[in-house]
Amino acid sequence: MTTRTDEATAVVTAVVTALERRAWHETVMGMPLSVHLRGPHLGGTERAVAAVITEMHRLDRIFSPYRPDSELRRYEAGHLTLRDCSPEMTEVVDLCKLATALTGGDFDARRPLPGGGLTFDPSGLVKGWAVDRASRHLCGLGVDWYVNAGGDIAAHVADEERPAWQVGIQDPADRSRVIALVSLRDGGVATSGTSARGEHLWDPHTGEAARGCASVTVVGPTLTWADVLATAVFVHGPEAAEWVAEDGYEVIVVHRDGRAERTLPRVPV
Amino acid sequence: MRKIVLAGATTLSGLVLLMAYPTSTNRAVESIPGASSSTTQGTSSGTTSATTQGTSSGTGTPAPQEAAAPPTTSSISGPAVSTRWGTVQVQITVTDGVLTEATAIKVPDANGQDRQINSYAVPILEAESVAAGNARIDAVSGATVTSTGYIRSLQAALDEAGLK
Repeated sequence: MTTRTDEATAVVTAVVTALERRAWHETVMGMPLSVHLRGPHLGGTERAVAAVITEMHRLDRIFSPYRPDSELRRYEAGHLTLRDCSPEMTEVVDLCKLATALTGGDFDARRPLPGGGLTFDPSGLVKGWAVDRASRHLCGLGVDWYVNAGGDIAAHVADEERPAWQVGIQDPADRSRVIALVSLRDGGVATSGTSARGEHLWDPHTGEAARGCASVTVVGPTLTWADVLATAVFVHGPEAAEWVAEDGYEVIVVHRDGRAERTLPRVPV
Repeated sequence: MRKIVLAGATTLSGLVLLMAYPTSTNRAVESIPGASSSTTQGTSSGTTSATTQGTSSGTGTPAPQEAAAPPTTSSISGPAVSTRWGTVQVQITVTDGVLTEATAIKVPDANGQDRQINSYAVPILEAESVAAGNARIDAVSGATVTSTGYIRSLQAALDEAGLK
């Protein structure tokens, strides 16, 4: 005797086993970039993947805080006005202002300089935004894809019959372990924390390193905003997870004592 | 209704708190009134078959476990268990002894009173970490990984499998 559930399970199993998978790896913006494709046929997809990687390198040349000839550095130094820059610069400046406003200042691209004054460092937003932007080249191929840039992931499943991508959330205390799983069909997962690069997130309100939680993961419709909101919750503290959930994002907070909790998005009725 | 699908083997000992992740189009959470209580036991790893005991409910029907039979699927509501955060109840679907779906149908609120799931933080129990560790994972999200840290990362291992 078979039930509807049996049949559905059998179909999912058959679909998964019939799918071809391929991955590409590249270092961009000083971080590992992985592109994964999954679909019945992956032939002819190389060009789109190459376009993603090319776009990431192009955006790095504009926004790199390390390359002295980047538009960002020249804009920062006053050698370029916003009008002289690529249109992407205006977009990023606007998005950073919006992010600061929406998070009550918990996300802020302006960084204090040691000698006083502020510098504009949008890298906390650029990474997720660049991946969202570059991965557009993968839409329309009819295949499932995800792009993982240094631990932040944008993903899409092209066919409703195919399963969601299963994303493991790394345990900040032990990078060889995952502490939770999220399913992602369309959108982004971003994790902010101190496990990989030390205390690189600072609290704009105090000017000191933010160290409330061990890590904050945000899952939602776009990687750009998942990334901004993960930073904001990390800086503000776990109580901000509730506000982010109100906006339709899922939050996973891992505390320094190893406790972890999940806040599901509130969906408007 | 879509539910989280944890493809892969896992050991379930007592209650596992696993939350459904709602997709952007739908809530994944469904109330199962009057669900029956049962236990699931099994040793697991890889494709080892686990034993499922319990009264089924929901859409699934338990079928006798036979070798080389089509997949047998049961939906089982676990017992309502008191934790320090309140009462927690989970419904799981087991296919051929492997956990394929898990949905929390009751979680505590901040006052320890039962309520349907809303935007409340619920604890991720140790058991979920264990389940996650055994599940099929496509990608890993973590605090910014540098190129040097990447080499030994779980994501690198996943990439390796697909690189040509």
